[in-house]
Amino acid sequence: MGISPADFDFVRAIVRTDSAIVLEPGKEYLVESRLLSLARAEGAGSVDAVIDALRQRPTGELRYKVVEAMTTNETSFFRDITPFDALRLHIIPDLMSRRADRQQLRIWCGAASTGQEPYSLAMLLREHFPALHSWRVTITATDLSRTVLAKARAGRFSQLEVNRGLPAPLLVKYFEREGVAWRVKPVLRDMIAFREMNLVGPWTVPDADLILLRNVLIYFDVATKRQILGNLRRILSPNGYLLLGSAESTMNIDDTFRRVLVGRMTSYQPLTTRGQAA
Amino acid sequence: MQALIVDDSRAVRAMVGRIVRELGFTVMEAGNGVEALRRLAEAGPVEVALVDWNMPEMSGVEFVSAARAIPAYAAMRIVMVTSESELERVTTALDAGANEYLMKPFDAEALRDKLMLAGVAVD
Repeated sequence: MGISPADFDFVRAIVRTDSAIVLEPGKEYLVESRLLSLARAEGAGSVDAVIDALRQRPTGELRYKVVEAMTTNETSFFRDITPFDALRLHIIPDLMSRRADRQQLRIWCGAASTGQEPYSLAMLLREHFPALHSWRVTITATDLSRTVLAKARAGRFSQLEVNRGLPAPLLVKYFEREGVAWRVKPVLRDMIAFREMNLVGPWTVPDADLILLRNVLIYFDVATKRQILGNLRRILSPNGYLLLGSAESTMNIDDTFRRVLVGRMTSYQPLTTRGQAA
Repeated sequence: MQALIVDDSRAVRAMVGRIVRELGFTVMEAGNGVEALRRLAEAGPVEVALVDWNMPEMSGVEFVSAARAIPAYAAMRIVMVTSESELERVTTALDAGANEYLMKPFDAEALRDKLMLAGVAVD
């Protein structure tokens, strides 16, 4: 028997309140599947037991775990390669020329999941932009989930994970074996500050010249997308770049960004007044 | 596009063959490095060779070295597909001239990723 309509509504209301993730009717299978995994991890026995416990103590640690269980953490090294080509060929060179006087580059990877994206970015910077070694480069990576952040911070990946999208020469250069796992070397780990942050909670990230927030907005309703894009606009520096997922856009949601085609990738830059580029 | 699958396991050749056929390749097979060189000499260079490490007569990395010594195969991409997962093995294969390295077990997505990383045009 599947999750009841009342239980589904109860769970999705909590998820919506705490993370703004929208679970439309029809996603009952997803909620049940994720809660089943949580039930097993918690030794709760069943999905019903998890929901009962949540009803009894709706503000406790279990609530956080239920919300965390509903996040999607699909990621891989150099995912969708096109953004990384755009970064290497266009965006980073442009930012370096514009920031040459300050020699500072601030990057934020939002919803960084288990860390493959910020580590890919760190490898790209080290491999292709040696001049940045003398710059102040900060990569801040955030996620809602403490569990995925702990994995990201440890930089420990399975063989299946390093098989996905990671060029073998970079595996050799930036990873070491640790038992059956592969661990990112400190030279990369030290480049990234991992922090917990809820995109619909208080924003704790510093201003940024480059923001990657890919495949995140798709989970939110229009009002939440607008709120997040407004916050992004406030922390993105003039001439900075925002990269979204290929199915995401600022169009018809927030008109304070302009679309900029870089290579085969659409990026977004802040507008100043009257539709002019900053 | 043609792929050469070099593996002494018929089951692995069949499994890898299924994946690359779905990506639009025609497939040649060989059971070891010696047979792979013979197939290449007969049929000419292929777009990509997918090569196991441990095989009788001539190992995968010996095949890579031998193929890289033949100018006619210079443009051929080579991806090691092996259960050897030590860092030194990856380094050895790359030094010998392999373009990419895929560790077993893997899925179709990982193989597709590695073909792209090796510079093989994949839809």
